[in-house]
Amino acid sequence: MSDGVATAVSRPDTPASTRKDWVSDQEVRWCPGCGDFTILAAMQTLLAEMGARRESTVFVSGIGCSSRFPYYMNTYGIHSIHGRAPAFATGLAVARPDLDVWVITGDGDALSIGGNHLIHTLRRNVNINIILFNNQIYGLTKGQFSPTSEVGKVTKSTPYGSLDTPFNPVSLALGAEATFVARTHDMDRKHMMEVLRQAYDHRGTSFVEIYQNCNVYNDGAFNDITSKDRRADYLIPLVHGEPIRYGKDGEFGVSRGEDGMLHLVKVADVGEDALLIHDMSLDNPSQAFELSRLARGPHEPTPIGVFRSVDCPEYGYEVARQLAEVEGRKGIGDLSALLRSSGTWVVE
Amino acid sequence: MTLTTTSKNVKEVNQVVVRFAGDSGDGMQLTGSRFTAVTSLVPNDTATLPDYPAEIRAPAGTLAGVSSFQLHFSDHDILTPGDKPDVLVAMNPAALKAHLSMVKSGGIILVNSDSFDERSLGKAGYGSNPLDDGTVKPYRVYEIPMTKLTLEACKSVGVKPRDAERSKNFFALGLLSWMYTRPVQPTIDWIEERFASNEMVKEANLRSYKAGYNFGETAEIFEARYEVAPSRFESGTYTNVPGNTALAWGLVVASRLAKMPLFLGSYPITPASDILHELAKLKNFGVRTFQAEDEIAGAGSALGAAYGGCLGVTTTSGPGIDLKAETIGLAAHLELPMVIVDIQRVGPSTGIPTKTEQADLLAVVHGRHGESPVPVVAAMSPGHAFDAAIEACRIAIEYRTPVYLLSDGYVANSSEPWRLPDLDALPAIDPHFLDTPNHVDDQGNASYWPYVRDPDTFARQWAIPGTPGLEHRMGGLEHADGSGNVAYDTLNHEKMTQLRQAKLDAISKSIPLLAVDDPDGLGGAEVLAVSWGSTYPAVLAGVRRTRKRGLKVAMVHLVHLNPFPSNLGEILGRYRKIIVPEINMGQLWTLIRARYLVDAESISKVQGIPFKAAEIESAILDALDKRRVARS
Ligand code: SF4
Repeated sequence: MSDGVATAVSRPDTPASTRKDWVSDQEVRWCPGCGDFTILAAMQTLLAEMGARRESTVFVSGIGCSSRFPYYMNTYGIHSIHGRAPAFATGLAVARPDLDVWVITGDGDALSIGGNHLIHTLRRNVNINIILFNNQIYGLTKGQFSPTSEVGKVTKSTPYGSLDTPFNPVSLALGAEATFVARTHDMDRKHMMEVLRQAYDHRGTSFVEIYQNCNVYNDGAFNDITSKDRRADYLIPLVHGEPIRYGKDGEFGVSRGEDGMLHLVKVADVGEDALLIHDMSLDNPSQAFELSRLARGPHEPTPIGVFRSVDCPEYGYEVARQLAEVEGRKGIGDLSALLRSSGTWVVE
Repeated sequence: MTLTTTSKNVKEVNQVVVRFAGDSGDGMQLTGSRFTAVTSLVPNDTATLPDYPAEIRAPAGTLAGVSSFQLHFSDHDILTPGDKPDVLVAMNPAALKAHLSMVKSGGIILVNSDSFDERSLGKAGYGSNPLDDGTVKPYRVYEIPMTKLTLEACKSVGVKPRDAERSKNFFALGLLSWMYTRPVQPTIDWIEERFASNEMVKEANLRSYKAGYNFGETAEIFEARYEVAPSRFESGTYTNVPGNTALAWGLVVASRLAKMPLFLGSYPITPASDILHELAKLKNFGVRTFQAEDEIAGAGSALGAAYGGCLGVTTTSGPGIDLKAETIGLAAHLELPMVIVDIQRVGPSTGIPTKTEQADLLAVVHGRHGESPVPVVAAMSPGHAFDAAIEACRIAIEYRTPVYLLSDGYVANSSEPWRLPDLDALPAIDPHFLDTPNHVDDQGNASYWPYVRDPDTFARQWAIPGTPGLEHRMGGLEHADGSGNVAYDTLNHEKMTQLRQAKLDAISKSIPLLAVDDPDGLGGAEVLAVSWGSTYPAVLAGVRRTRKRGLKVAMVHLVHLNPFPSNLGEILGRYRKIIVPEINMGQLWTLIRARYLVDAESISKVQGIPFKAAEIESAILDALDKRRVARS
């Protein structure tokens, strides 16, 4: 009786779905050309491919352009409060471990007003997939700098240039010891889908930063990384178990120098054997963190891919385990005994 | 060592008010609650008032560090913890100084004379020893070297003197137990169980307790012992319950009644944390407690769990409700059930965390942006917190709305004998989860519309995630009734605003009509006293006193503060004189004047402590005198 809701959910075998099944009847209202469209399509395609169930899928968002996402998914969805989606999703995921819970958020939503919830969700490792659309600007409020905007950003609220040092979302997540941390971008649907697939499969909190172009207020912010002509020199692909190298002919790479630090190197200078082999499964997040520090912004060669993916106790599972353990020890709670637990007396 | 009782003169008294006071490290709360527990076994009726500083260890020996526990017990039905102590137990000079003025003239004062050394007197701010300089002359003072006697009693136990000294509160408990002929064995059993893991401490406490008892018996200084005959209680099984515990139990029972697992999202805050502590123990009742990173996440997680079909609850005190306001607005807008427990304390800002106040009423009724009606239910006593919790959950679940459950520091920490309810007789709460589509679109496809309503209650049909075919989207943007689709059209907004208010108003149909307590029949009395929350006991006690004087006084108590019971206006309209005593600056008073256009008078007190019966009595007398003046 105590867990009536969680067990009442039936999951009948439904035939495999197609992308169309995941498209809601709502008109999509992002600006034409916005990077959000690609992410939406990738998500719809992925969930159909993965055999996910619409009735067991919940999208939770905060406020911002990206946070309209749940309205466009033919699943359960909540467009909640600015910054608070991880808190809402945590309660839902802990109460209902049978659900697939996604949080769709942006740089302002997740890192500014909702920063506290984000880091605490990551450290607890609740079973939620957090997808952060990073466009380095406030779109919905019409173009103020965000906590990921570069220093000196000229916007309506910073006519003489912004003074704040930005967050690096991947560094932040790794600092909170997130168990799955990845970065992808909106111009490579295949890569994005692969990263989202791994995020979906991961038990615990998955954190995915997607570089997303806001073509209205911050167009081209990620051009170095996404454009065909520059991509090779600026995008460092992270592939688990492979040496980290980039450049048109793989002529550059990442290597640990004699100073103990990671450096961008010419493969010809150091030799192939000196290249760092990417290992996303390292228990210690330090190397992943170092990789996240290679670029100070998307105008320098930037690692893209899965930084970290490790198995750790998942919070909701642990909560359920503790409940079962106590129930096993004490038996199902007896209300009448509870009310008598601090001693009683009888009046005839 | 045995406890003998002799033929020392036993005097019968009807009621006694005892106050234990000492340094926060002296264990006065434990002593007081133990004395209450054995007093309940007589059984006497009891009412308590614990009072302690906000600091965990305020500087020892100072006035700021004094902690006290007042107990009123009697052979008849009593309501309040008593206005003035008959007996003060003062463990140090600071305790004496802080509480002396409140003791009844001619009352008994028991002091630990060992603590009246120069240093302690200085810390308490006494220039000379009050025991010698005439300060305590109006009282019957017993100077007892409690520290020395405790150390002696523990000599052979083997505990260090410093640890032995800590048992002196048990000496005081033993002495009081002798003085008031309290049952002895239950306390001995309790000490043995509570300190079972530490043999030495257990032995020290037992010996000190017995030494205190025997001191009363053998020392030739007390002329009498006192007896308070059993009070007449309704038949049933009773327990002594603090308000926070009863409230936590009420939530668990509501969860069973609704067959919805309880989820508590909470951030620690005084004086609400005990609810989190109590519920955290109850995992075998399917209760999930989540200690969130902040107040906002406490509310957010509770709402998330509620969305998933759990009974979502968040607990807090004053400052916490400011932080939770936005989430509560979302819950009201989404129309999801959720219970927000506010254990009110002195504000604004951090205020005085351990003292009581009722000053959040307007904040919970109105304190959110936009039109966001939220029902409010208030607990009137420790035991009633159980019923109030169930009522808040009932309204939340059946009407799909956030509900504020108000309690306060006084209800939370004090305790009273509580007759256990018949759990089987409690009505079930039905969440009516929808599992089939409730709408057919133009193409003939079945779907679910989240805002299809019951025509009487206006409650929406509710489907939870995991239900196939009923997938839907909701959010904080204004939406159309029925479909729930985002809708910016302004007439729709007006309609939705009216609907949300109509739903709140409809709740009053499910609330029992208010019964006025007027010996002369509705409208018969000259004055009506209106109470809410924890003012109930003092207002009733004050009303009874004035009735004894032959005055015609009526009383009505409000459990539901939003919406009000549907006949409140009619009741108010029948009295020419209305007083509204509150531990705030007149918040309910403001609400009823605005709502019913009645010329009520506010009786305000904001001292962090409850009303005394005498204060209500004199307020009623004043009200009637004013009326006579007006007539002449
Ligand atoms: S403002 Fe920018 S981020 Fe927002 S919808 Fe338009 S293009 Fe996309």
